[in-house]
Amino acid sequence: MANVRNSARPLSPHLSIWKWGPSMAVSITHRATGSGMATVGTILFVWWLSALASGPAAYAAFVDLFTLSSGKLNIVGYVFGIGLTLSFFQHMASGVRHLFLDAGANFELKANKRTALATYFVAVILTAGFWAFLLEKSNG
Amino acid sequence: MGNGTSIGRVRGLGSAHEGSHGWWHHKISAGSNLILVLWFLISLALLPAYDSATLAAWIAQPLVAVPLILLVVSVFYHFHHGLTVVIEDYQHDHTRFVLLLLLKYFTIATATLAIFSILKVAFTAGAAL
Ligand code: HEM
Ligand code: HEM
Repeated sequence: MANVRNSARPLSPHLSIWKWGPSMAVSITHRATGSGMATVGTILFVWWLSALASGPAAYAAFVDLFTLSSGKLNIVGYVFGIGLTLSFFQHMASGVRHLFLDAGANFELKANKRTALATYFVAVILTAGFWAFLLEKSNG
Repeated sequence: MGNGTSIGRVRGLGSAHEGSHGWWHHKISAGSNLILVLWFLISLALLPAYDSATLAAWIAQPLVAVPLILLVVSVFYHFHHGLTVVIEDYQHDHTRFVLLLLLKYFTIATATLAIFSILKVAFTAGAAL
């Protein structure tokens, strides 16, 4: 059987034996954020667009799930809103870092570690800036 | 092509001739995602209000409807490729085939719904719905 692994043969050791470091963490967060946006993000985005296309009543029902009667975001709105923007900015930062790695740059250990950590800082700062702007605007 | 170890079975077959092409397309879509999603987030943040009339009037502009459709094409193509790689990394039996099939249905259905909705809003904004 061509597609069956010989279970008598060992697999290479995976997660359990490696010491965690920033580049490993960035690799797996890139995968987690990408997969999260591709599923949860896609469903919300398409739901939003089709509610809008179905008319004001359908749109109001959609918005109602994520807002209080005052029009401000409720807890669900904040969880999805901040979760998706943080995922995006994190994926964007590690994605751009990835494109440099693909071009053969940034494999020196120190610089590689520094840019891995930098993706987390960039993501948190951009997310905080984005929401500070939105809240500032809605509070007049 | 032998029947032994995995490496023995593929030795001498040469390249599959598809790896670098999919990889390269994925990188192109990463670049257009960067531009289009940033444009989308910044434009949303700058809108004066988020009621359906404001949003519909916004989407009805050609220079909003078209980038939005491009965003759907770029992001959905990108995540289809990305999730394909994730599934291929973790699933090895028939579940791989089933999941890849479900991913294709999911991507095509959501992309069509998104593009249809954008066009409907763009062509009917202002008219009674
Ligand atoms: C906590 C540790 C690890 C994490 C977070 C991790 C994460 C990942 C991720 C996210 C990918 C997909 C990367 C991509 O598509 O370019 C990947 C691929 C891969 N990983 Fe790991 N990994 C870890 C440990 C290891 C170890 C210890 C090995 C081998 C001894 C390994 C071997 C591989 C291989 C062979 C691939 C496929 C590469 C490719 O197809 O380009 N990983 N890993
Ligand atoms: C600024 C925009 C973006 C950039 C620069 C970007 C960049 C990248 C890059 C370079 C990869 C390849 C990683 C690798 O080869 O291991 C990737 C993977 C992926 N991206 Fe994106 N991306 C962006 C936006 C998005 C969005 C909006 C989504 C989802 C809706 C998404 C979903 C994914 C998925 C699911 C993967 C596969 C993850 C993996 O194999 O580990 N990306 N992205």
